[in-house]
Amino acid sequence: MAIPISYNVRNLRLRKGLTVMTALGIALTVTTAIFLMALLAGLQKAFVSSGNSLNVLVLRKGSEAELSGGFDAALFPTLKVLPGIAKDSHGEPMVSGEWVVVIVLPRKDGTGEVNVTVRGMMPDGLELRPGTKLVEGRWFQTGQREVVVSKSIRSRFSHANIGDTMDFGKGSWKVVGVFDAGGSAYESEIWSDVNQMASDFDRQGGYSSAYLRATDAIAADALKNRVSDDQRLKLEGMLETDYYAKQTSSGAPIKYIGIVVAIIMAIGSSFAAMNTMYAAVAYRGREIATLRVLGFSRPAILTSFVLESLLLAMLGAAAGILLMLPFNGLQTGTSNAVTFSEVVFSLQITPVVAAYAILFALAMGLFGGLFPAWHAARQNILTALRG
Amino acid sequence: MTLGGFVVRNAFRNKRRSLLTMLSISFSLLLLTMMMSIWRTFYIDQGPPNATKTIITRDRVSLAFFLPAYYRDKIRSVPGVVAVAPMTYFGNVYKDDRATNSFAQVVTDPDEYPKVAPDKIVPPDQLLAWQRDRTGAMVDIELVKKFGWKIGDHLVLQSPYFSVHPEVTIRAIYTIDPPVRALYFNTKYLEESVDWFKGQAGWYITQVATPGDVARVSKAIDEMFRNAPQHTKTESQQAFRLSFVSSLGNVKAFILTICGAVVFAILLVSANTMAMSIRARTREVAVLKALGFTRQRVLSMFVGEAIALALAGGAFGVLGATLLIRWLTHSPVAIGVPAEMKVTLPTMLVSLFVAATVGFVSGCLPAYNASRTNIVEGLRHIG
Repeated sequence: MAIPISYNVRNLRLRKGLTVMTALGIALTVTTAIFLMALLAGLQKAFVSSGNSLNVLVLRKGSEAELSGGFDAALFPTLKVLPGIAKDSHGEPMVSGEWVVVIVLPRKDGTGEVNVTVRGMMPDGLELRPGTKLVEGRWFQTGQREVVVSKSIRSRFSHANIGDTMDFGKGSWKVVGVFDAGGSAYESEIWSDVNQMASDFDRQGGYSSAYLRATDAIAADALKNRVSDDQRLKLEGMLETDYYAKQTSSGAPIKYIGIVVAIIMAIGSSFAAMNTMYAAVAYRGREIATLRVLGFSRPAILTSFVLESLLLAMLGAAAGILLMLPFNGLQTGTSNAVTFSEVVFSLQITPVVAAYAILFALAMGLFGGLFPAWHAARQNILTALRG
Repeated sequence: MTLGGFVVRNAFRNKRRSLLTMLSISFSLLLLTMMMSIWRTFYIDQGPPNATKTIITRDRVSLAFFLPAYYRDKIRSVPGVVAVAPMTYFGNVYKDDRATNSFAQVVTDPDEYPKVAPDKIVPPDQLLAWQRDRTGAMVDIELVKKFGWKIGDHLVLQSPYFSVHPEVTIRAIYTIDPPVRALYFNTKYLEESVDWFKGQAGWYITQVATPGDVARVSKAIDEMFRNAPQHTKTESQQAFRLSFVSSLGNVKAFILTICGAVVFAILLVSANTMAMSIRARTREVAVLKALGFTRQRVLSMFVGEAIALALAGGAFGVLGATLLIRWLTHSPVAIGVPAEMKVTLPTMLVSLFVAATVGFVSGCLPAYNASRTNIVEGLRHIG
């Protein structure tokens, strides 16, 4: 027969101080782990939610990113008439030739300079990205020196409010609108008219990339292959979603450091939990013996103490998650390994992150509880009763 | 028996508990020591002595954009400049894609490079041989040992950025402490096979006359290119390295947060153990007091015990961190760990000091409670 779990709950409550301290220790470790996982989840979200699976991105063959690309504008008409391209609101093929450059802007808080991506696009560029919503002002107009900035750019840099002028390229640009890219990689960009941009950066007659909207998923795949296979074009087509998914590798350093830190802290916490559980066992020697005399089997005792340790760990996990929740959505930035510009993302404590945190805590609890529980179950009844 | 002996005996009376506590503290301190060493490498170290006279000029936006070759002569014209060498990152792949085989391959000008990197020690005859052979390469002695190369060996290099496979001949072997594990070969040789690379360089290394020139020359160089097609960013070698670190995000806050969490965690663990161990000895305390030990004596005994435990754990942690970092910096597997990272004596002392402080703080409250025990009640206690 199993020992009721309420026995363990009461025991934890009886030794409040010890329980709270041990749980807090586990909570701290869990907090660290959540912090790191939330960072990675946020970064992942920034890239995975970027891009539309129907958009085909075209780059020069062999180039891995829009920045290192660049192809002759003469190729663009050929791309435009490829089969399988959807129509835009004017009944024309929905395509956009774009120029992407990186400029350096000083941070508002004076902590140095940051690389920011500026994207020049054709009018269809906005239709190609329906996930991006204008929240203030209006979109830029073709042929004008106007830019729209993302919400995060507005908050992080000075001179980025509507009506302000920004200086880059060959002169100043007027900020006319602010957009919300919903946490995607576009959240770190400034958008403008492609022709204006190209002339400012002396890049007329070329595009760094082109975006084509396919009518459906099958057409997108066909379009991608068609572009890549055409030997005359020397271009490479890829799904926009795949392009961004690849950039998640920017999080690799955070990931490796995170794993090392979390593991070392977890080992430390497990030993602390083990200590607490050994103390619990030692303290209750007589009680355990009594339980045995009453007919509870060794496996029942073992399970009971492991459960108690797991409960303790759960308590720690819950405290850790609660401690971290206020930081959900906190914005931070890291360098994008592909575009060399800063990518802004926010901490995301997703259910998956929370689930991993609980599993992580349970692993610590199991490791910390197993040996003491084994010890408890193996105690000699007579000596324990006498002690 | 002296008080010290008594404290130590008591600290290790319950071997399992002491061991677990020590292990727990040592893992936390291992992390703390590592974090402090990383901090020191990034933010405090000045690098090798020569680094204080070395500045690096690169494209203002990113290292990924090359600078025109004529920038070199313009930089040379700035007063205070002793030598300028062009540098371009060729790649880091050798033989296969495995990270363990990876090392940096850089193209430069063999004639001027030794002047900007005088801390690389090369036998003069080897240096001359490298300078005379356009396909020659200079390699770190660590690499020679690792791959079993010798002078005259031919290597075929490959690059993810340049679609060529140049064959180079090892002509010179340099020694430097700490090792940089890099291969250098002639930028002219690469230009011959890669058309579009002609007349360009990834960045320029400049040697200035005195460390005091660094700030002035850096500013003069950037000022000079303010109206040029490509703006530059010039900074000291140390700042250049730091820019890689800071591009990862707010590393300082990251390290500090982890350190804070770790210190707090050991505090909890240590306080927990002390509370447990003192509670188990309520009766003993009463006996001590009945024998005439004063409150101060009892208090200092228990606090001393906490410090002894924390210090022992701390010592293991520091030792562990030292070994781990030594392994990391010498291991071919850990890519990107700066070779000069090590645990210095001050770092060790700070770690141990943190351990002792934590032990002291954690022991205070339980020890205070114990010292206040009522003798009669304590003797009656049957915990």
